[in-house]
Amino acid sequence: MTTTTATAVTAPGPLGRAGNFLREVGLVFAREISPELRVPIGLILGMLQPLVFLVLFGPLLGGMPGLGGSHWQWFVPGILVMIGMFGTGAAGYGVLVEAGGGSLERVLVTPLSRAAMLIGRTLKEALTLLVQGALITLLMAPFGLRIHVAGVAAGLALLVVVGVGVGSLSFALALAVKRSPSLFWAVQQFAQFPLLLTSGVLLPVEAGPAWLAAVSRFNPFTYVVDAERALFAGDLAAPAAGYGALAAAAIAAIGLALGIRGMRRATL
Amino acid sequence: MIHTRGLTRHFRVKGEVVEAVRGIDIDVEEGELVAFLGPNGAGKSTSLRMLTTLLPPTAGTAIVAGCDIRTDPLGARRRIGYIGQGRGSGDQFRVRDELVFQGRFHGLSRAAARRRADELLATLGLEAVATRVASTLSGGQRRRLDIALGLMHRPELLFLDEPATGLDPHNRANLWEHIRRLREEHGTTIFLTTHYLDEADTMAERVMIIDHGRVIADDTPERLKADLAGDRITVTVGKGEAARAAEIAARIPTAHEITTGRQAPDAAGPAAAAPGRPDEGADTVTFRVKNGPAVLPELVRALDAAELWTVAAEVRRPTLDDVFLALTGRSLRESDQEGA
Repeated sequence: MTTTTATAVTAPGPLGRAGNFLREVGLVFAREISPELRVPIGLILGMLQPLVFLVLFGPLLGGMPGLGGSHWQWFVPGILVMIGMFGTGAAGYGVLVEAGGGSLERVLVTPLSRAAMLIGRTLKEALTLLVQGALITLLMAPFGLRIHVAGVAAGLALLVVVGVGVGSLSFALALAVKRSPSLFWAVQQFAQFPLLLTSGVLLPVEAGPAWLAAVSRFNPFTYVVDAERALFAGDLAAPAAGYGALAAAAIAAIGLALGIRGMRRATL
Repeated sequence: MIHTRGLTRHFRVKGEVVEAVRGIDIDVEEGELVAFLGPNGAGKSTSLRMLTTLLPPTAGTAIVAGCDIRTDPLGARRRIGYIGQGRGSGDQFRVRDELVFQGRFHGLSRAAARRRADELLATLGLEAVATRVASTLSGGQRRRLDIALGLMHRPELLFLDEPATGLDPHNRANLWEHIRRLREEHGTTIFLTTHYLDEADTMAERVMIIDHGRVIADDTPERLKADLAGDRITVTVGKGEAARAAEIAARIPTAHEITTGRQAPDAAGPAAAAPGRPDEGADTVTFRVKNGPAVLPELVRALDAAELWTVAAEVRRPTLDDVFLALTGRSLRESDQEGA
């Protein structure tokens, strides 16, 4: 407290404003990822639910018509999207805890940009989702999931974009519910299950009544799931992949816009 | 260092407008230590949240550390430190990491942030827990970490929101020790909120009393007490002599709120031991006056001259609670229990 004299009234910016922004995003990301690198609780928790579905639900799909070839080839790409919806979708809870405890407030009184606070956190969620997706893919390879390297890489990249969107949306929700975990979970569950069921992750929607199939066409996650299936089949040029990429980009754009807005308006 | 004019904040709660802060004017100069004192719900924290850029004001202006909080919140954030009511550190982060990140959020280089973190860990006695995860710390350690977080970038102005809440006496003393040292060594301006009367009284050089969203008094604790409450003198005289004693007390220029009372024989205390007098109880006269210690000998002499026997005499210096009572007609302690 006594010896050094350096003060930090202005942030150093050799790279200008953009450089400083990237530095801030990097700092937030590094802080968020540090506990995960020691004990990857978030990584493991996020994988438990999809593993349950893989073990207890996946086998029911064996021999089911309309899935084409191996049922794992059909089911696993959808499950990756499901991790994004449920695991990444719960990320906002962390912000609720921070807001309740006081550490979010403390960080909000630093000169850190609000957008960097949101994006740094979102990138950590997206990276977690990427690792989860890669692990599930590798785990399922011995059970008959064929790995098309380029297709899997593209599929995981698409997953990261979805993760950015869902993570941001979850943060936006957490900031909007004003420290009420029950409201957060209520809204989250209310949104998740219809989105999951109409996206065709668990069962082919086309096999159902026409109205349900029509409803599913309004769900952006339907296109993402279709794209993941095409990509995991190695069909990188499929139109479904293009639509999926558009849907994922839209989810990410809306998520980021709402998330950054929420962080900027956060008054706690 | 802090200049506000008409700072106002309204909240909308269930369709009704709650006026949490109603146009307060604050002027705090460099190097001052100011306590914002008031019951829960008086508007202390809301004011502080506006000054620290956490909450936009409904109306009014505030210049904090030279920056307008509306147009240049970033400038203000660079210059101020904030130690909130809650836990500033995240549960799952390591103590030293949190400090280093806080420094880097404030634009320090990695090396400078590490140096500063180690410095603060040493000053605040946190070296032994530097690599522990924050959730494993004791309450006192956690609070010291909050302080360290607030000081990482050597702010010229430090805000503390109810800093001693939840601390045991030892840790409270420790906290004040750090705050005092900060001022002596760096001339840091300190603005804190508290609802602890004794804390505001002994530590702050200046007390602003806030009630129902308005500043109702602003001065040194000594002057507030002298001007608004005054000392209270109680003299015990022989039975049946209260009225005459009260008459004599009334001749003292600043005496006011003169009341008389009666003590039962056994409860009379010193009266029982008074030489040559049977214990038949005693009467008391109580009044408020300026500069009680100087007035008391005068009064005793006057009572003597009137051949009234002074059995016991007491001067009680006022507390800030007396000041609050004089200003609002309510006790601060009672107001607190209302829960606002």
